[in-house]
This record gives sequence, C-alpha cells and structure tokens, in this order.
Amino acid sequence: MRSSTIALASVVALLFGCVGQASAQTADVQALQQQVDALRAQLELMQKQYEERLAALEARLSGAAPEGAAAAAAAPAEAAPPPAAGTPTPNAKVFNPDMAVIGNFLGAAGRNRVNPAPALEMRESEVSFQAIVDPYARADFFLSFGQDGVSLEEGFLTFPTLPGGLLMKVGKMYGAFGKTNTLHSHVIPWTDRPLVMNNLLGGEEPFGDAGVSVARLIPNPWAFLEATGQVMRGDSENLFHSSRRSDLTYVGHLRGYQDITENTNIDLGASYARGHNAAGIVNDVDAGRFQTELWGADATLRWKPLQRSIYHSFVGRSEAVWSRRQQFAGLQESFGYYVSGDYQFARRWFAGVRYDDSARADASSVRDRGQSAVLTYWPSEFSQVRGQYRRTRYGDASVANELLFQFQFSIGAHGAHAF
Amino acid sequence: MKVTRIITALVALLLLAGVGPARAQGKLNVITTTEDLASIAQEIGGDRITVESIARGYQDPHFVEAKPSFILKLQKADLLVVVGRELEIGWLPPLITQSRNSKVQVGASGYLDASTQARILDIPTGQITRAMGDVHPQGNPHYWLDPENGKAIGRELADKLGELRPNDRAFFQQRLTDFSGRIDAAEKRWLAALAPYKGVKVVTYHNSFPNFAERFGLNVAGFIEPRPGIPPSPQHTLDLINEMKQQNVKVIMVEPYFDSKTPNAIGRSTGAQVLVMPPSVGGVKMVTDYFSLFDYDVNLLVTALKTATGR
Repeated sequence: MRSSTIALASVVALLFGCVGQASAQTADVQALQQQVDALRAQLELMQKQYEERLAALEARLSGAAPEGAAAAAAAPAEAAPPPAAGTPTPNAKVFNPDMAVIGNFLGAAGRNRVNPAPALEMRESEVSFQAIVDPYARADFFLSFGQDGVSLEEGFLTFPTLPGGLLMKVGKMYGAFGKTNTLHSHVIPWTDRPLVMNNLLGGEEPFGDAGVSVARLIPNPWAFLEATGQVMRGDSENLFHSSRRSDLTYVGHLRGYQDITENTNIDLGASYARGHNAAGIVNDVDAGRFQTELWGADATLRWKPLQRSIYHSFVGRSEAVWSRRQQFAGLQESFGYYVSGDYQFARRWFAGVRYDDSARADASSVRDRGQSAVLTYWPSEFSQVRGQYRRTRYGDASVANELLFQFQFSIGAHGAHAF
Repeated sequence: MKVTRIITALVALLLLAGVGPARAQGKLNVITTTEDLASIAQEIGGDRITVESIARGYQDPHFVEAKPSFILKLQKADLLVVVGRELEIGWLPPLITQSRNSKVQVGASGYLDASTQARILDIPTGQITRAMGDVHPQGNPHYWLDPENGKAIGRELADKLGELRPNDRAFFQQRLTDFSGRIDAAEKRWLAALAPYKGVKVVTYHNSFPNFAERFGLNVAGFIEPRPGIPPSPQHTLDLINEMKQQNVKVIMVEPYFDSKTPNAIGRSTGAQVLVMPPSVGGVKMVTDYFSLFDYDVNLLVTALKTATGR
C-alpha cells in the first residue's frame, strides 16, 4: 500500500520533528497534532475508498453468473461479504481479545461443621481474555473476582507450532494432574470438587503456578497419546511450598484416548507430581525440607449418539490419587478416589451421581466419604441452574447433609466447549 | 542438579519420539469441517488430494465434540477448510491450537474459510444481543445450500489448491470448470422441478435453509425453534400452529439431528407434512455427495408439495 507508506513516513517525520524541537511550545504541538489528525482522517478516508472499490471489484468478479449478479444488484448490502475473523478492518476494535465473564453463584443449606460454606455467595466471577498474539502464539487470561479479591487463575502464552510437534505454554497455569484439576469451576459437572481434590490436591481450587509446560503427541498406530511435562515455581497454596529458588514442582501427565465407536470413546490418564511442602516449616525456617509426591490415574468414558448429540449423552468419570507426604509425624501415605456418572436425558437436563472416598493428606488414617446427586438444567448454552444433594461422613465421625444450588451464567464471546 | 538432568532427559526423550518418517510429497491431505465441503473439495481436487470431514452430515454442526482423535487428523493436514461465519466456534479453535500444525493455524496458508466469496444472508444489522438466541454475528452459516454458493466454494478451493500445488493449478481449474458446468446443468433441473411451487410457504426447525429457500423460491414462514438454538416452548408452538393454519403452511422441514416429536405434533394439528430434510451431505444414507444432496431435498419437497397443493 503506497499511500499508507507515504502516510507512515509523514507521521514519522512529524514525530521526529517534534523530538528535534524539544522546547517547542504548546501551540506548536497543538498545530502538529491537528496536522496529524488531518492526515489520519485523510488516510482513513482513502483506505475506506480503496476498500469499497476493492469490494465492488470482487463482487463483480465473483458474481459472474447472471443470477448471482442479479441477486447482488437486488441486495447490495448483503452482496459484499463482511471480512472474515482475523482480517483487518478499519474498525480498531477488531484486535480486542475475546472477552467473557462467567458468574458462579452458590447457595448452601443444611449443616456442615467441618467445611461450612456461606448460605449465599457470589463464589466467583471469572473474566477471560483470549486472543491470538502473533503468527506464533496465542494468549489466554482467566481472572477470578472472588470473595477475597482478584486473583489470576491462569494466564499463559501458548506456542502451538513449535518444531518437533511440541505445544508449549508459559505463564501461570493449572497443573496437568488428572482431569478435574485442569478444569475451571464452570465446566465441572458438580457445584463442588470431589473430596479427593480437597484432601489430596490442596483444596477447592486446582493447584497450579507460574511455570513452563511442554506437551507432545507420541506417534503410534493405535491411539491418541500425549505426554505433558511441567516445571513450576512450587508455591501452590496448601499443596506445595517453595522455601528456596530450587524448590520447584514437577508435574508429568500421560494421556491416551481412543474412539471405540463414533458414539463412544475412552480417555485414560496417568499423572505424577512432586514438590516441597510446608510441613517442615518451624519459625519461618524450612527445617524439615519435606516433600510431597503424588500419583494419579484417571479414566473417562463418554457416550454421545452423534445424530441425537444435543439430546442424550453419558459421561462416566473416575480419578484416583495416591499421596506420599513427608512430615514430622512421619510419611503419610494417603489414597483417595471418586467415581461419577452424568446422564443427559433431555436437551436441557442432566442428572448425575458421585461417590467420594478420600483420606487426608496430613493424616492418612482419617478418611472422609461422601455421596452426591446432581440435577442440572440449561436454559440456554449460556446459563445453567444446578442443584446438588451432598452427604458427607467426615473421618472424625461428624456427618453433613447439605443441599447446594448454583446459578452459572456467561456473557461475552462464545467460548469453545471443554472436552 | 539431579532434577535438571531428569527434566533434560525427559524433554530429549519427548523430542526423539517425534522424529518420525518424513511425510511424502504425494497427495494433498485436506481436512474439512463438514461433509459438504469435503464433497466439493473432492470434486475440485480429484485424485490429487485425499479429503476427510470432521463432522458427520447427520450431526448438528454447531455442536461437534472436540475429540482428541480429530487433533491427530489436523496434525497431518495440509489444508483445513472451514464453513466459517462462527459455525464451528464452539469446537474448532481448541483443535487447531492443539494440532501442532503451523499450516492450518488461522490465517496460515493451509487455512481456508470457504465463506468469503459466498452470498451470505441474515447478516444482522444494528444492535444484536443473546436475547435473540444464539445468533451468528457474521451471518447465516448454512450458505452451502445454494448451488451458486457451491460454485463459489469450488472457486475458493481451486484457487487455494492451486496455490498449495502450483504444478497442478491447471488441473484444479479444469476440474472447477467441469464442476461448475455440472452444477449449472443440475441447477436448471432443480429449479424447473420446484418452479410450479414458487412462493410456497414452509416452516423449518432451525434457520438452516435461508439460502436454499431464496434460490428455489420457498417462503420460510416460521421456525419451530422460538429463537436460534433455543428448544421449542409450548407457547411458541401454539403460536406457530395458529400462524401456520392462518397462512396455510403445509410443509415442515426438519434437520435430521433434531427431535421430531414437536414437529410431528405440529404436523398433526395443522395437517402439514413433516419432511426430514438433510441440510448436509451424509445427512441421510442416500445423500453421498453435493449433487445428491439437492437431488434428494428437491425430490422430497416436490413429492410433498404435489400432494399438498395438488399441482
């Protein structure tokens, strides 16, 4: 574009001019500003004219068929196609990232002495910004506005096309440990997270931190096989704690996937994570230098009849976690798992059950068990209402019977559905 | 540092595992999102390409699952052809990101949006909100149901294939000319078959047929969905029945992936015929390519309209 080169050159010249006259008076600056503005307007006008002319030419070229030409003449507004996503338009907003806000409102009734949730809370408002950065990378940010302020849930850069078939992520991200730990709250099929996540993976929020993740597909003739390795700073709230710069967390995950039929598929995973924990800290000094080691296995069976995919589906999930936590009281070897099934019985209705069983990470002899039944209704793709009955028998013998309900709603860009 | 060594070894192992056999410079490997695009790509590419579709013609193209097996298909693709207009927005972006294939990233040379030369209808003007349902801000994505747009898609494909394989450019252009000629001939036949029913009113489940209706002179009087993507509600169904009785609508067109319970109930109370009308190649068994898609749909409509109108 010659015209834009000239315009650019003149703008640069103007800018240099400004720099040269560092002591130029405000009036001069204003005059220059006016000139720049005038130039910009002129440039925009020219650009618009060129684009209109180009569009007209294109329409004439593509509408070679007589019917097409007639139709184009009849409806000129519709004949010129709007620019496809990713192509520049005079509208500067086009480069804004895709933005969305997802609200997660939770209510709880009943009694729970061990882990009480407020009666009503706006648990989380998740704001996401997603865009392609340049031809080599894309960026995803997920900010959580919770009860206690704002936190960065995830914020990372993805390089999808590195040599060697690597997919690299750099930034803050969830640990690639099992399935549920990698999912944001709004895509899990329950109002809460399974007990095994709470007890062995550090709490209600997935563990994760600033780090680097590398994933690669392993070529083989049989199935989809992906290996992921992550190195993280090693500070993720209750699970890992880093007292020295070298106290890093390592996460490894192997995922296998196979279509059994076009309607049914199976997804299997094995995970490992290791890092330092906070059990050995005495008077702010990490005297124990203790570590936590985690092993995980997960399996997901999905059924979705393609021709009726919007009406019926079933997902069966299970995850098991083995935790080996060093602490002053000795090595705690704890095991926990959950099994769940979710059936979609109508276009907008889902029913599910879940069984939880998990020891606690810091006291392997204390086992918590729980049962849940979940009913979900989707008014549309962008909102859902969910009720969950949960009965938990805590290891210290107290029993909690609770009714949890949730409203979730999403505004903004249409995000992709999680698989 | 022991750990560092372990990590280095792991990464090295990962890298080594990937040095597979280099791909032969044979046929272009084309992956399309829908079977309609696959059919047209096959027409243009002939034996110089292999082509495979991600979605099946009998599934709702808005709601395809991003299965990892599709990642493997995309990984090996030389060209990805998409319908565009945000039809695939719910499932394609994560597949592209995870494909590890620089050729098929959005904007790269192996990514083709088939809609850029097509005639697109229902482009919203003015303010749009989701109160209108799941609207497509870039217009109705079911544009392939107009044979003229089929030719436009063919032109896009011939240009792109020629760009990727300059030596075969003449071959692809030749096949395009042949394809367009056969479309022109068939379109005359289809238009003639439906000519006696010009302006006849129909109701469709989803707004999947605006281009088809415009080309063949149908008048879409209403939808079973109250809004795009919103399932039928009792009140809307009642209103629609009254409207159909008033306007004497005798045909209901239902895409094969929608439940036929509500359409059948409407059919019973209005006397309208319910046609399961595939909007895509592969929607029913007999529809095996882009030509048989129109053959089937036009024939289905003509048979129904003959009994309904007595013409």
